[in-house]
Amino acid sequence: MQETTMTAPVEESNALPAIEMRGINKAWPGVVASDNVNLLVQKGHIHALVGENGAGKSTLMNILYGVIKPDSGDILINGELTSIHGPRDAIRRGIGMVHQHFMLIPPLTVAENIVLGREPGGVSSTYNLKQAREDVLALSKQYGLPIDPDERIEKLSVGLQQRVEILKVLYRGADILILDEPTGVLTPQETFELFGVLRGLVKQGKTIIFITHKLREVLELSDAITVLRRGRNVGELVTKNTNQAEIARSMVGREVLLRVSKEPAKPGPVVLHLQDVHANSDRNLEALHGISFDVRAGEILGIAGVEGNGQSELIETVVGMRKVTSGQITLTCLVAGQPDKVSDITALGAKAVREAGVAHIPEDRRGSGLVLSDSIEDNMILGRQTSPQFSRGGFVLSLRAIAGWAKKLVGEFDVRTASAESAAGSLSGGNQQKIIIARELSSDPAMLVAAQPTRGVDIGAIEFIHRRLIEQRDAGKAILLISAELEEIRSLSDRIAVMYEGKIVDIVSPETTEEELGILMTGGHAEERKA
Amino acid sequence: MFLQVLFRVLGSSDLWQSTLQFGALLLLPALGGVISERSGVVNIAMEGMMLTGAYAGVMVDLATHNVLLGVIGAIVAGGLMALVHAIVSINFKADQVVSGIAINIAALGLTNYLLFIQTQGQGVHSLTDNLRLPTLNLGPLANIPFLGPILFQQNIIVYVAVIILLAIQFLLFRTNIGLRIRAVGEHPQAADTAGINVRLIRYACVISSGMLAGLGGGFLSMGIAGIFNSNMTGGTGFIALAAMIFGKYTPVGTGLACLVFGLGEALSTRLQDTGFSPNLLSTLPYLLTLVALIGLVGRTVAPAADGIPYEPGTE
Repeated sequence: MQETTMTAPVEESNALPAIEMRGINKAWPGVVASDNVNLLVQKGHIHALVGENGAGKSTLMNILYGVIKPDSGDILINGELTSIHGPRDAIRRGIGMVHQHFMLIPPLTVAENIVLGREPGGVSSTYNLKQAREDVLALSKQYGLPIDPDERIEKLSVGLQQRVEILKVLYRGADILILDEPTGVLTPQETFELFGVLRGLVKQGKTIIFITHKLREVLELSDAITVLRRGRNVGELVTKNTNQAEIARSMVGREVLLRVSKEPAKPGPVVLHLQDVHANSDRNLEALHGISFDVRAGEILGIAGVEGNGQSELIETVVGMRKVTSGQITLTCLVAGQPDKVSDITALGAKAVREAGVAHIPEDRRGSGLVLSDSIEDNMILGRQTSPQFSRGGFVLSLRAIAGWAKKLVGEFDVRTASAESAAGSLSGGNQQKIIIARELSSDPAMLVAAQPTRGVDIGAIEFIHRRLIEQRDAGKAILLISAELEEIRSLSDRIAVMYEGKIVDIVSPETTEEELGILMTGGHAEERKA
Repeated sequence: MFLQVLFRVLGSSDLWQSTLQFGALLLLPALGGVISERSGVVNIAMEGMMLTGAYAGVMVDLATHNVLLGVIGAIVAGGLMALVHAIVSINFKADQVVSGIAINIAALGLTNYLLFIQTQGQGVHSLTDNLRLPTLNLGPLANIPFLGPILFQQNIIVYVAVIILLAIQFLLFRTNIGLRIRAVGEHPQAADTAGINVRLIRYACVISSGMLAGLGGGFLSMGIAGIFNSNMTGGTGFIALAAMIFGKYTPVGTGLACLVFGLGEALSTRLQDTGFSPNLLSTLPYLLTLVALIGLVGRTVAPAADGIPYEPGTE
């Protein structure tokens, strides 16, 4: 074969690609994480690497960054064949990685975190705080990323922590930045700012590889797209010539319903009633200033709002994890053929609220939804371990009953795992979330509180979870949905309550546009529409 | 009556002199603990490392008739015990508490055994004065009433311990290496991705901790006691551990904690000729330890990755 550069895209015909990975193979015992994968990233591009959880995106990037050693394959950086034996090598060749779970040390300051490992003066020198601060400030100015170098990481918001991560990578002289799911933890505002930052970096000559499974972001930000599925290349797309449906199809391998299809709701009687509820935040300041609303049987009430406006406190108040300072919460359980059972759950704790008929999909799946080191089986019955179904006398666990139950749910809810005895923490985010959803829905609650039910979950699983929620609604359950994704709120909810600074400022119909919702969420008034 | 005795004891420079001496004895292993745990490796084996150091110091001292070589022997012996702990907990990622307990028990057995076969069960003789660690007598300064004997008439190791304390404080908080040690103890993954060699730092810190504990042991046998006896450390390494926690894992805080515990130890010795049960009195430093841990200091936060083996590629 003739040596030629004619294969490069026309627009940059004589520039070598920033990164070329050829025929990368990597297998773990029992799993092929990377099967002859190729990746070509042009200099000065924002290149999206998309695929579902477990498609091999992170494996590929960890290989590029030297964290994982490939079984075979070549890596070319700026056209030059390179072998990378660890992050140190990758850094030396101008590759930097912003990890999904930030690699920052909470008790240290911003400047300390940025210079760590490359301190001014070198390893044998005394710690030159002044120089470190100056370097960080200069860098922050050069790239337009304002930051206070003396603040401790633990005091920063997630968005600012990510900014520190980016600065850390730039401080090491990276020309090629890998960002692993950078928007997963960000609010919509922070995401917007991040995109501005990334575009600015490209203008300054950087190349960016962006791992994500959010299609909208791919279309909005990237120049080119590589799609992986189950460790293989399944698509090379040019962003301006493609659309969400095409990307989704090649990610999942089948048609995906991006928009939830549902019948109009048939709301029944009120199930959950909040009357002028007040509650305090963790810092003992009032976070809920008199919340009142109803959720009816057979409807989904969505709560929209910028994160930090009292949504978390509201959920915790309803499910009994936070004390109500004044006001009342009542729950009405409807059982066919029997009189309605009305209970005042205002002062009840989490266990009692659950027993009264409220199921809860918590917003922090890893922190309060699952015991990650325990098996799927144990997680499937968590909270119901003393019920006669799963234990003798509430004391001795009936292991066989638990195993059978878990096996049934794993099948029903399509939890992808080799065994129900595996630790919950060994599964992907989407499958972890399915465990929680299986557990909560299988308790046949009257009321379901679903907080961020699809956060960090891939599109195939999102579709599945959305369908389940609609099924529950159609089965006559009352559902309270809280989500940071406006699109999710709009597509699932039958009514939308907008929260701002600890109050419900309006309850509107789901046809309300994102712009109008945005205005309400930031404290403005939507003059005309009222549902 | 009791109060009278107490006040008399508190007023004697003897008491404070031995407070400082015991304090320094605790300080060396406690600083070892600080440096090891700051790097993320729990080290509860200071007791065993001290005991080994105490034994090796006396043996080398007797064999070479050179105190300095004895001290080096003590340091090397402590370092070797720590090397075992480092290999077990860093390379083999074993539970660090279990490894620590094993080393403590092994050190006791090993020193007893070696003592027995080397002296045919007779035990060693007391060291002659020229084989002991010298007490410095800083000329006219030592003659200052009350304070003189306390501050300027101490064993040489007491001054060495204070210098090491300041050096470690400086190392941890004023040098780039210190920044790296703290980073490794808090978040080894982050340190690794920043290009820091986590394993190297942990090895260096654990071995240093053993060397410090060994020096402490040598101070006990060659300085304070002038002899090696079976199990002569008698829990000192554990009190040092408490002092480290009491001092919130900082060298200076640990130094202050060592003074408090040193006072307890000194009081229990000085009060013995006042008619109190010596058995009861000897529990005083330990009671003090418990009281200190219950809450005199508030919550102590250990380094976040303390005791957790580092597995590259995990999050």
